[in-house]
Amino acid sequence: MAAAPHDSLSTSNAHAPDVAQLRQDRRDFLTTLTICFGAAGAAGAAWPFLSSLAPTASMQAQKTTTVDLSQIPVGTTKTIMWQGKPVFVRHRTPTEIADAAAADGAGLKHPETDANRAQRPEWLVMLAVCTHLGCVPIPGGDFSGWLCPCHGSQFDGSGRIRKGPAPTNLEIPPYSFVDANTLKIG
Amino acid sequence: MAKKTAPRARSTPRPTTAAKPIFQHLHVDGKTTADYQSLGQGVLGWFDQRLPLISTLKHATTDYPAPRNLNYFWNFGSLALFALVLQIVTGLFLAMYYKPDVALAFGSIQTIMRDVNWGWLIRCLHMVGASFFFMVVYIHIARGLYYGSYKSPREILWGMGVIILLLMMATAFMGYVLPWGQMSYWGAKVITNLFSAVPFIGPDLVIWMLGGYNVNDATLTRFFAIHFVLPFVIVGIVGLHLIALHQVKSNNPVGIDLTKQADYIPFHPYYTIKDVFGLMVYLLPFLAVVFFAPYALGHPDNYIPADALKTPPHIVPEWYFLPFYAILRSITFDIGIPFTSAIIFDAKLLGVAAMGGSILILLLLPWLDNSPVRSARFRPLYRSLLMVWFANVFFLGYIGMLPADAANPIAALLGQVVPATLLDGVAKAAEWLINYGSLGLVNIKELTFSGLLTLGSTAFYFAFFLALPLINRFERRVRLPNSI
Repeated sequence: MAAAPHDSLSTSNAHAPDVAQLRQDRRDFLTTLTICFGAAGAAGAAWPFLSSLAPTASMQAQKTTTVDLSQIPVGTTKTIMWQGKPVFVRHRTPTEIADAAAADGAGLKHPETDANRAQRPEWLVMLAVCTHLGCVPIPGGDFSGWLCPCHGSQFDGSGRIRKGPAPTNLEIPPYSFVDANTLKIG
Repeated sequence: MAKKTAPRARSTPRPTTAAKPIFQHLHVDGKTTADYQSLGQGVLGWFDQRLPLISTLKHATTDYPAPRNLNYFWNFGSLALFALVLQIVTGLFLAMYYKPDVALAFGSIQTIMRDVNWGWLIRCLHMVGASFFFMVVYIHIARGLYYGSYKSPREILWGMGVIILLLMMATAFMGYVLPWGQMSYWGAKVITNLFSAVPFIGPDLVIWMLGGYNVNDATLTRFFAIHFVLPFVIVGIVGLHLIALHQVKSNNPVGIDLTKQADYIPFHPYYTIKDVFGLMVYLLPFLAVVFFAPYALGHPDNYIPADALKTPPHIVPEWYFLPFYAILRSITFDIGIPFTSAIIFDAKLLGVAAMGGSILILLLLPWLDNSPVRSARFRPLYRSLLMVWFANVFFLGYIGMLPADAANPIAALLGQVVPATLLDGVAKAAEWLINYGSLGLVNIKELTFSGLLTLGSTAFYFAFFLALPLINRFERRVRLPNSI
C-alpha cells in the first residue's frame, strides 16, 4: 500500500482520523472475519464425516433385545447377543441364590450385594465380557461361577470378581421384565 | 556470514551455506533464496535450517511470483486440487462401509445411503464430485489449449497433466464398477474387453485382468483396491505437476514471457484469496446438484443389481467418457494388405487405438504445435480452428450418448431436407474413394451417410493436431505486445 507514513498523517492534523491505522484495522477485521467463517464452515463440513463413524441406524436398532425366559430351564445359562456383545442369562437354583447372598460380606474386591445385582433372585443377567480385557468367561473357577480363560479372573455365582486381575464385577446391563416370561435387555 | 569477520558472541548461530538462488531475477521483493531460508534465529529458524518446511511453504506462497494478469480460467487448477482432496476424503469414509464382494457390494451401498449417519451426503458428494472433477479438469485443459500453456518451457508440466487425466479416467472407471449395478457390471465388461483387441495376447490379457473368465468377485475386489490406491498416485503426480509449475512459473493470458518485476504479484495473498473466492462460486452449483439433483448425472439402470445374463438395452458410459466412446464406435473399417483380403488391423483394434490415441496425442502436442506464439489471442487461425475443435468434442459427446443404432443427428436433420438417395450416394462415393483411394489399404463396408459424418468428427479430432505444423506456416499472426 502506498499509504503515507503514520507520523506525517498524525502530525499534519492531530484531530484527523488516522487513515493508515483505520485501513489496518479494517483489514485486520476482514481477515479475522474470513478466518472465523472459514473455520466455522470447515467444522460444519467435518461434522457429517465424523458422525458417519458413529453407530449406523441398523446398529442403533440393536439397542434392545428380548429374551423368552420360558426357554431357559432352572440351572442353565443362555447366552444372548445384545449390541453385538454376549449376555449371560442364568436361571439360578435356590442353592446358587443362597450361596451368592451368603457371600455378600466376604470381603469383596468390588462390594455389591447379590440383591443389587439381580432384580429377581432367580435370574442373573450380566454381560459375558470380562472386565479385565474383554474375553468371554467360561463356567468354572473356585467360586461356583465363571472363570476367564484369558487371564484367570474368577467370578462367583453372582458374577462378582473374587480372584484375578479383573478390576470390577461383571457388568449388569440395563434390563426389565416385560411380563413373567419376557426379559428386555437394553 | 563470512568466516573472516570478528569473533562473535556465543549465541550467534553457525553460518549456513546459502543455496544458489535459482530464480533470483523472478523474486518479487528482491530477496534471494538464502533470504527465504533464514527465518531468524529463533526456534522456527533452528527448525527450518534442519527441515525447510516453513521456508518451502513461504517460497510457494508469499514469495512465489505469479503473473498479475491471470484471469478466472486460472482458478481451475486449485479447483481441481480441491475436487481431488474431496474425492479422497469422501472416498476414505465410504470405504469404511463399502463391501467389495459381489454378494454384498450392492447392498452395502444401500446401507450407506440409508443407515450410515450422513452416508447419503458423503456418497452424493463422491458421486457428483467425480463428475465435477472432470468438468473442472476439462476446463483446465481447455485453458491450457487456448493460451498455449503446453508450449516450451511447460512441456513436462503439460505431460504430467495428461498422465493425471489418464489416471483419473482409470480411477473413475473402476469406481463406477464398485456399486455393482447393471451399468457397473456391463461397463466393466465392455471396457475390459477393449483390451482383447491387443494383438496376440489380448484374450489372455483380459482373463488375467479379470482374474477369471468373466467379470467376477476377484475383479470387483481388485478394482476396489486399485480404485483406492490410484488417487494417491494422482496426488504424487500432482506434486510433480506443481514442482514443474513452480520451476517454470505460470503462463498468462497474453502468453508472453514476463521480464519485469512489476509483471508479478506474490501468489499469497493475491491468488489465494482469488482461489478461495472461486471455490465459493464453484461450491454453489456443485452443492446445488449434490442436494437437489444428485442422480442427474448418473444412470437409473445402475440401481438394478448386476445381472450377468442381461445387458441393459442402452449401455452408455458416464458423460465424461462420451466423446472418447464416440471415437471408439466411429471406427468401422479394417486396414489390410492392398490387393488381398488379408487384414492387418481390424476395426476393433483400430477403434481402441483411436480412443487411446485421442488422449495420448495430447502428450505430443507441445511438439506438434511449433508456433512460437503461445496465446490464441494472437493466432486467429488457431483460435478459430480450436473453437471448432471444442465444438466437435461436444458433438462427439452427443453422438456417444445416442443409442448404438441411432443416426448421426446432423445426418438425421439433412435427411429431412435432402433426398435419402442423395445422401446414400454421397456415402457410396465416399466409400469408393476411401477404398480405392487407399489402394485397398483401408477396407470400409456399408458406410452410411450417418457413419460417414461420425467418422468425419473423429477425423477432425485428430486432423486438428496433425495440421498444427501447417497452421503455423499459413497463419498471419497478430503482433505480440511488448509486455502484459
